[in-house]
Amino acid sequence: MSATPAESILPLAFEGLGYAVAGRSLLRDVSARLEAGGPSIILGPNGSGKSLTLRLAHGLLEPTAGRVTWAGAEHDRVSRRQAMVFERPVLLRRSVIANVEYALALRGLSRSERPARAAELLEKTGLSGMPKRAARVLSAGEQQRLALARAWAVEPEVLFLDEPTGALDPAAARLVERLIETIAQAGTKIIMTTHDMAQARRLAEDVLFLHGGNLLEHSPAERFFAGPSSPEASAFLRGELVW
Amino acid sequence: MVRSSCALSCVLAALVLAVAANAGSGGRVDRDADAAVEFITLASTTSTEDSGLLADLVPRFRAQTGIDVRVVAVGTGRALQIARHGDVDVLLVHDRVSEDRFVQEGWGVDRRDVMYNDFVLVGPESDPAGVRGGQDVARALALIAAQELPFVSRGDNSGTHKAELRLWKAAKLDPSAHSGGWYREVGAGMGAALNTSAAMGAYTLTDRGTWLSFRNRRGLAIVVEGEPRLANPYGVILVNPAKHPHVKQRSGRAFIDWLVSAEGQAAIAAFRLNGEQLFHPNPGGTGGSPGSS
Amino acid sequence: MRLRGEVGTVLARMQDIRTAFGTALRLLVTLDPELVEIITLSLGVSLGALLLAAGVGLPLGAAVALWPYRGRRFAATLLNALMGLPPVVVGLVVYVFLSRSGPLGGLGWLFTPRAMIAVQFVLITPIVAALTRQVVEDLWEEYSELLRSLGAGRIRAIPTILIDGRHRLLTVLLAGFGRAIAEVGAVIIVGGNIAHVTRVMTTAIALETRKGDLALALALGIVLLGISLLVNAGAALAAEFAREREA
Repeated sequence: MSATPAESILPLAFEGLGYAVAGRSLLRDVSARLEAGGPSIILGPNGSGKSLTLRLAHGLLEPTAGRVTWAGAEHDRVSRRQAMVFERPVLLRRSVIANVEYALALRGLSRSERPARAAELLEKTGLSGMPKRAARVLSAGEQQRLALARAWAVEPEVLFLDEPTGALDPAAARLVERLIETIAQAGTKIIMTTHDMAQARRLAEDVLFLHGGNLLEHSPAERFFAGPSSPEASAFLRGELVW
Repeated sequence: MVRSSCALSCVLAALVLAVAANAGSGGRVDRDADAAVEFITLASTTSTEDSGLLADLVPRFRAQTGIDVRVVAVGTGRALQIARHGDVDVLLVHDRVSEDRFVQEGWGVDRRDVMYNDFVLVGPESDPAGVRGGQDVARALALIAAQELPFVSRGDNSGTHKAELRLWKAAKLDPSAHSGGWYREVGAGMGAALNTSAAMGAYTLTDRGTWLSFRNRRGLAIVVEGEPRLANPYGVILVNPAKHPHVKQRSGRAFIDWLVSAEGQAAIAAFRLNGEQLFHPNPGGTGGSPGSS
Repeated sequence: MRLRGEVGTVLARMQDIRTAFGTALRLLVTLDPELVEIITLSLGVSLGALLLAAGVGLPLGAAVALWPYRGRRFAATLLNALMGLPPVVVGLVVYVFLSRSGPLGGLGWLFTPRAMIAVQFVLITPIVAALTRQVVEDLWEEYSELLRSLGAGRIRAIPTILIDGRHRLLTVLLAGFGRAIAEVGAVIIVGGNIAHVTRVMTTAIALETRKGDLALALALGIVLLGISLLVNAGAALAAEFAREREA
């Protein structure tokens, strides 16, 4: 469940966003506007700049050109109303429940409130059977669900996910996807990258298509999957465009 | 973090703190020590401590007066230095020249003669220099120098080192010109110097006390002894309270007085190392020196 | 003739070593009171120094690792350089400070265990700090995106990383302890090797060596080695225990 904020941080807008490293430009002139609502999926082949875009949006990186604005204003650091889940989850060298409690502690929850809330989140993500286990011995799917529990703990208005099921087997992937749907239905705006086409079709409300560091399309999901306007996007949908 | 590993860490930390605090209290680590035992700090030389004399005298003094004596045993030069700095209360060394200067410069008061022991010249049993049994140590040194046989010197400004230099002077020789050659200056204490001598099969001047307790002889033996110039007199001095007001002068004087008293002198004479008498009380009483209060 | 002498020497040394083991065993089994006293003092002084060094070195190392400004490389290099402080020099400097004629003479710490703790503290804090810096740097590389994403800045990250790096940091502390308990030169200068007051394992070994009693010196050395092994084994067991309890 996401907090119903007095003031929303959405819409998220990219204005001429660019990122270059050592002279090489990895992202060029990306402009888009992501409104509140259903999941926005960023699609594209490897190396197209999807992860980069997420990190720039979340504030983990500084753009070398253009800017990122939330509700029209620039935030210079990661806002407390966002969270992110990475492709390979980074878990603290502690127990499962301690990982969730850590996120709660950062949110300012008192020591007495944390255990109950953490247990609640573990329940929602199907991890309540193993709270004391070392987080790092969990399976990949369990670890990703823990990362989701931790992100959920922050009660984000926006949740970024970078290829969340990319490293998982189909069964684990399904569990994680269902969790994402639950979170989306509870009101959190999902902004996600994936190169799993079927997953994109299932989840997306609107699609951003990136190729070679450029944003080629941003349109509602139905329109994009029915007939994308760029040849690269069509090739990608047919499974022909790998990078 | 899991609570149990937390608890374990806490227990360990508490244990560590307890042990460390005990050490840091700075007191005597002694089973029958009282809360705060009165003590003085005495600077003496390594050879004096190594002989075991102080370990014998200190408990006697403590039994009689209740005052403990903490002995810092270093080379003579360093002993004089820390006494000048006021880091100790009493000084017990065997270098008359330095002692007199110490008093004259105002760093010490109340100097008394305490006792004397002697030096011996040791060397390889094979005695290549042919000095064994001689009664003239200066002549023996001259013979060693003439044949350029290895000689180990402490080279550390200690009482023994200075005595050795005085003997070279008596032989009208300056061995420092040959330093690095047959004359080896090791810059170390008596034990270390003897270790080196034994390993090299060299001649060396040592105090009898260290020699008697030295267990690593390896073929070294006494070659010259008993000559008057080999006598090694000891002096005890109180660090001047005028210069260092924190000096424990009452207890310090009590110790000095005890050393030169009948009991102290008897204890010194009675001390045996490996069955031999090592230190001799002063004949004709214990006089002071210029500048004593 | 010469060869026979050499062999004789080797045999004598081996006899010394055999005697040493026998002596060490006897001292331990009978719980020789002087030995117990010396061991207790050694442990107390080194553990005390370690506690202080950890208190200063852990946050210092973490701060240098996470310091976001230009001075960081220099500070890291400085810490590494300070690891190599010559102990005798440190001993001399601390002596000058603690001497009655020096600025801190009024403390009266010279020739007491406090001076020994102080000098070991000066020696091992750079080690703890420099090694901590490396551990924290490595962990920050792993955690930085996550922590920043959760809203923890560099300062807030310090306790997090120190806790998560606890096993590696234990190794760092062990390295510090090993260095402290092995120190002899600096400790003799400021402690004075006073019987029953400031005589620790290492200074006792130095004393017996100086007196030429190699068997006893070796015996004490064996005991010191044994203690070192025990401490390390104990820490390894504790780490293993903690790891298992978390699984």
